[in-house]
Parts: sequence; structure tokens; C-alpha cells
Amino acid sequence: MLKMQDISKVYRTDLIETHALRNFSLEVKSGQFVAVSGPSGSGKTTFLNVAGLLETFDTGVYELGGEDVSRLSDDARSRMRNEKIGFIFQSFNLIPDLDIYDNVDVPLRYRRMKAAERHSRITKALELVGLASRMKHMPSQLSGGQQQRVAIARAIAGDPALIFADEPTGNLDSLMARQVMDLLEQINEMGTTIVLVTHDPELARRAQRNIHIVDGLVIDSPPPYERRAGTDAAGSLAG
Amino acid sequence: MLGYYLWLAAKSFRRNPGLTALMVGAIALGISTCIVTLTVYHAMSGNPIWWKNNILYAVTMDGWDPSPSDPYDPAHPQLAPPQLTYRDAQYLYQSTIPRRKVLITQLLGVLSGAPGETAPVHVMTHAVTRDFFSMFDVPFEYGGGWSASADSGPEPVIVLSKEQNDKLFGGADSVGQTILWNDHRFRIVGVLKNWRPLPRFYDMTTRRWGEPDDAYVPFQWGPALQILPGGNSSCWGDPVTTYQDYLGSECVWIEMWAELPTAQARERMQAYMDSYWAVQRKAGRFARPLNNHLTDVSDWLKVNGVVSSDSRILLRLAFAFLIVCLINTVGILLAKFLRAAPTTGLRRALGASRRQIFLQHLAEVATLSFVGAALGLALGAAGLVGVHAMYTYGGAYGVLARFDPIGILWALALAAVSTLAAGLYPAWAIGRLPPSLYLKSR
Repeated sequence: MLKMQDISKVYRTDLIETHALRNFSLEVKSGQFVAVSGPSGSGKTTFLNVAGLLETFDTGVYELGGEDVSRLSDDARSRMRNEKIGFIFQSFNLIPDLDIYDNVDVPLRYRRMKAAERHSRITKALELVGLASRMKHMPSQLSGGQQQRVAIARAIAGDPALIFADEPTGNLDSLMARQVMDLLEQINEMGTTIVLVTHDPELARRAQRNIHIVDGLVIDSPPPYERRAGTDAAGSLAG
Repeated sequence: MLGYYLWLAAKSFRRNPGLTALMVGAIALGISTCIVTLTVYHAMSGNPIWWKNNILYAVTMDGWDPSPSDPYDPAHPQLAPPQLTYRDAQYLYQSTIPRRKVLITQLLGVLSGAPGETAPVHVMTHAVTRDFFSMFDVPFEYGGGWSASADSGPEPVIVLSKEQNDKLFGGADSVGQTILWNDHRFRIVGVLKNWRPLPRFYDMTTRRWGEPDDAYVPFQWGPALQILPGGNSSCWGDPVTTYQDYLGSECVWIEMWAELPTAQARERMQAYMDSYWAVQRKAGRFARPLNNHLTDVSDWLKVNGVVSSDSRILLRLAFAFLIVCLINTVGILLAKFLRAAPTTGLRRALGASRRQIFLQHLAEVATLSFVGAALGLALGAAGLVGVHAMYTYGGAYGVLARFDPIGILWALALAAVSTLAAGLYPAWAIGRLPPSLYLKSR
């Protein structure tokens, strides 16, 4: 699904060069649930931005879904983000003046789907996260946990093969965090690959595989703390 | 997607109603100012008979006072007077070289004797020869011009303007009826449709921007009734004591136009004028250097300074004001778009391409400009009505300040250009922002 080989990313200013990723190599197989952890400034966000095609990289090879993305145009990268990738952010990132339905609709609009198809997907996604009855509510009328479930509905409405979740429970209390993780596991069981960036070892433990990043390097890929029921640890250990 | 973009634009306007009003107001104000000045400028610089520009020529000869200290026009001493003396006009009018030719002068008159008349009315009359109507494509509501015999008679025939016919005959067909012009009974042979060439190119010496003439009579009625011209008459040389003296004097008071459809005809006419000049010079007239001209309508308007430098400055100022308005709009748009950059970054993350972001913002700008242009059009129309009302009794600008289809086209063109000018850069710039930059800041 995702294969990075010797990826480097350097941010330059007049005075400083910051090596955010150094010879970063990682492979994530299709259907895996991977947790990425590391201290602040270790390069987690840069990894997520590069892997999510939100930023380019300087050197190395990156294949997503079997396609080399190094030389893709901005249009092609946008299309790939739209069709293959879903994003879930720590602060939900819902558009405040769009209701829940229209928020979930955003990525589908850019795919130029027919209205009926969009409606069916939005309804299905909101039903899955248990918010079908709130589709005309505005984000401000929902709790944090509900807003994150809307963001999850938005991420899965386009039926992506891969979801990047950046600290999705960082702004939630433990009960809501657990509900969100349950939901992500449910989505993963339906076949979607999930890459979760988190500080929380408890959450990381629920993933099939853990990646640790320090100073822009993958320093270890430890075996899972605990195998989730029904998953194959051997199959998930790659990269 | 256009519907989606317009829907997003409407949401954006509702989100910032104050900023939206500010931008619409700036565009509207800039456009309305330009509409008013452009409409006036367009009317002032337009050639009202452009389709005949290359065949109609004003005829001028320089027989003015040879003293270098006393040129006809001190501001342009090289120019010949715009009018001819009676005897020069009579001679040149005999030429058979032009396909058509016309002598023109303005006379004051009083019309009376109309049915239901309450009081005699003062009317601006142009005394013209018969080709006036066909040369200048004057449109008739009823009847037509007069015959060659009416010119030479002169016969008591008169053509009324639509306005006078409306006043005196309630707009009915008055052809065949009689009316008193300066106490002489004239038969109405024609009534014009609305005809308002601006500027009044055929007589630039008086009221070039004024209301249309009220009536037209054969040219020879001036000399026949010994009526001095009501328009411009400029004299030099011996003092004039009688009307006959006046006709034989060096006073210039007649405009002459010739229709010369070919270069050959123009050359022949020029040669005709020059040979007449040479003969007259031998006889002791035309002491100034040879300065005879056949001037087409466009050049005639330029020579007569139709578009004043004030108007040009005003036009430049209006455009400068529009540019200032647009620059302000660009600034506000940039600030507004940048404020919404996190949402734009999110849309990019969710799969919007740069082009889609560009089009989304362009749709917002286009909507803004459309509303601004519509408001500018309304303000411009109101401004022109205001100018018209202020100057109705002063003549010139009141007549000019009328909203015409050309003005509307200008407004639309301005709106399109302002859309591009004001919207392209901010819409482009916002699409270039890296999508990841603002995601964390949301």
C-alpha cells in the first residue's frame, strides 16, 4: 500500500537547515493498522504530510498503491489524495459554516460525483459513525467526540484505501477516545489501511504494528505490544 | 462545480457582510465614476456621422486679416477661419465637383400662427441649402426636404424638428400646413424624427453641444429678408453699415460642406479652391499664405477642439480612481482569502486541485464584481441623471449626460476587466499555498 525508501525532507531558511526526515524507509501493507509514535519534533507530522501527499520530499522513492508519486503533478497528487487517502485530524478540521452533511460532502464534490451517488455515500458514512440523525446540525452543535466522528465519516465517505489519522483522540476525553478508536478498528476490519500518529502508548498498543520515529529516522519497528484479536501479526510485520 | 462554487461564494459573503459590502461598494463607486465620465467623453469625442467620415468635408479658406498680430484664432494662428464670407461661399457653391454641397448659417426666428397657439415662440433656425438633409442623413418623420427651385427662389418652405412639431401640432403630420416664421408665411414640407448629432459637427461655431435646431429654411431667406446671422459672425476690414455691405464684406459667417466621394474629386475641389484663391489674391484679397482646406469630419472635430483637455484629465482621474478602488479590493480580497487559508488548506488536503481552488475563489470574485458592476451601473445612471438635471438649462453637459447602450457596454467591459484585475491574483495566490501549512493552525 505504502512504500517509502530513503526519503529525505529538509526545511531550509536563510540560517538553518532542518532535516525533518533522513533516509526514512517504511512499508505498510494493505489492510494494516499502524501506529506511529515519537517525541515532539521527531518528524511525525512531516512523515504524515509527505505520506499524505500534502508535501513533496527531496530525495528517495515513494510508492503509494503501487504508483511512484515522486514525479506526479500537483493535479495528479490532488486526485490521488481525493480518491485513495482519507485524513483525520486532531482538531477535527470541520468547516464551521457547513452543516454535517455538507462537511462530509466536501471530498466527494471534488470527485465530481453525481448528487445521488454523493447522497448515498454521505448517508452511509454518517450511519456508520452513528450520526445520520444529525446531518443538518452545524459542527458547533456537536460534542468533540461527535465532531471527530463526522471527520471520520468525511474520511471514509470517498471509500479510500488508506486513512491517515493525526492524533485523532488528542482533544477527546478517554471515553470518547475509546469510541473513536473502536470506530477506527471497525473501519480497519472492513479492509482500510490505517496509519495512526499518536503519543498515547495505550492507543498505540491497540494497533497491529508500531513505528517509532526519532530525529526523522525510523529507529525501530517493534512487534505489537498486544495482538488484536483476529489479526495476523506475521502478516503485519513489514518494513 | 460552478453551482457549488457560487454556493460557497454566497456563504463567504454571509460570513463577512461588512467586508463584502466594502468591496462591492469600492467596485461600484469606481465603475460608476468611470461610467459617468466615459459617457460624457464618448459623446464628446464621438463622430456622429462616422459612416460618411471619408466623404464629407468642411470647406475652409483663409482670407482673414493678414496682420500677424490679429489672427482669427490667437490660440491656433495657423488655422483658417471655420466659416466663409458670403461671396466666397457663393462662388464655391457654384462648383459642380462635389456630389452634394451645402451652405449653412444660423438665424434667429419667431414661429407663430400654429393652430391652438398661445404665444409666438423663439426658435433656433438653421438656414441651409437643400442637400443638407441628404448629405447628413437627416431622418424624416413626415414629408422631406425641399427642391432646388425652393433654394433659388427662395420659396417659403420650412422643415420643423420633432420637438417643435410636437409642441405646435401635437405630433400630428403637419406637412402642407402653413406657419409664420418671422411674420412670413411658410409651408411645412417636412418634420424630422429625433435627430441630435452630438457634437453638432455641421456648425461648430455655436451651441455645439446644445439642443437640436427647431427649424430649417432655405439658405437664401437670410439675405432675402436681410436677417443677420444669429450664430457666429466675425469681421475684419472696412466697417459695415448696410446689409449689402455685409454681404460683400470680409465677415465670415457661413459654413460650407462638400460631399466628395473620391480622391480625384477631392483633388479637383482643392484645385478649384486654390485657383479661386489665386484669382482673388491677384485682385487684392487673400493676403495671407495659401491655407485652403478640405477637412473630414473626424479631423474637423479635432481642429475644433471638441474634446477639451479638461475632459481628458477628468477621464484619466476617473480611471485612476477605479484603479485605486480595485487595488483596495485586491487588498481586502487577499486578506479575506488568507484568513480563510486554513479552510483552503483543508480543501486541498481533501483533494481539491489548485485549479479547483482557483476557480472557487474566482467564482467568488466574479460574483462580487457582477454585483459591484450592477450597483455601479445603477449609480452611474443616477449620476448621469444628476448631471443632466444640473445642466439642463445650461445646455452642454445635460444633453451629453444620457445613458446610452454604448455606456452600458462600457460598463460591462469595465466590470469584466475589473473582475480580472481584482480577482485573478488573490484567487491564484491562495491556490499556491501549500495545503499542509495551515492544517495544524485550524
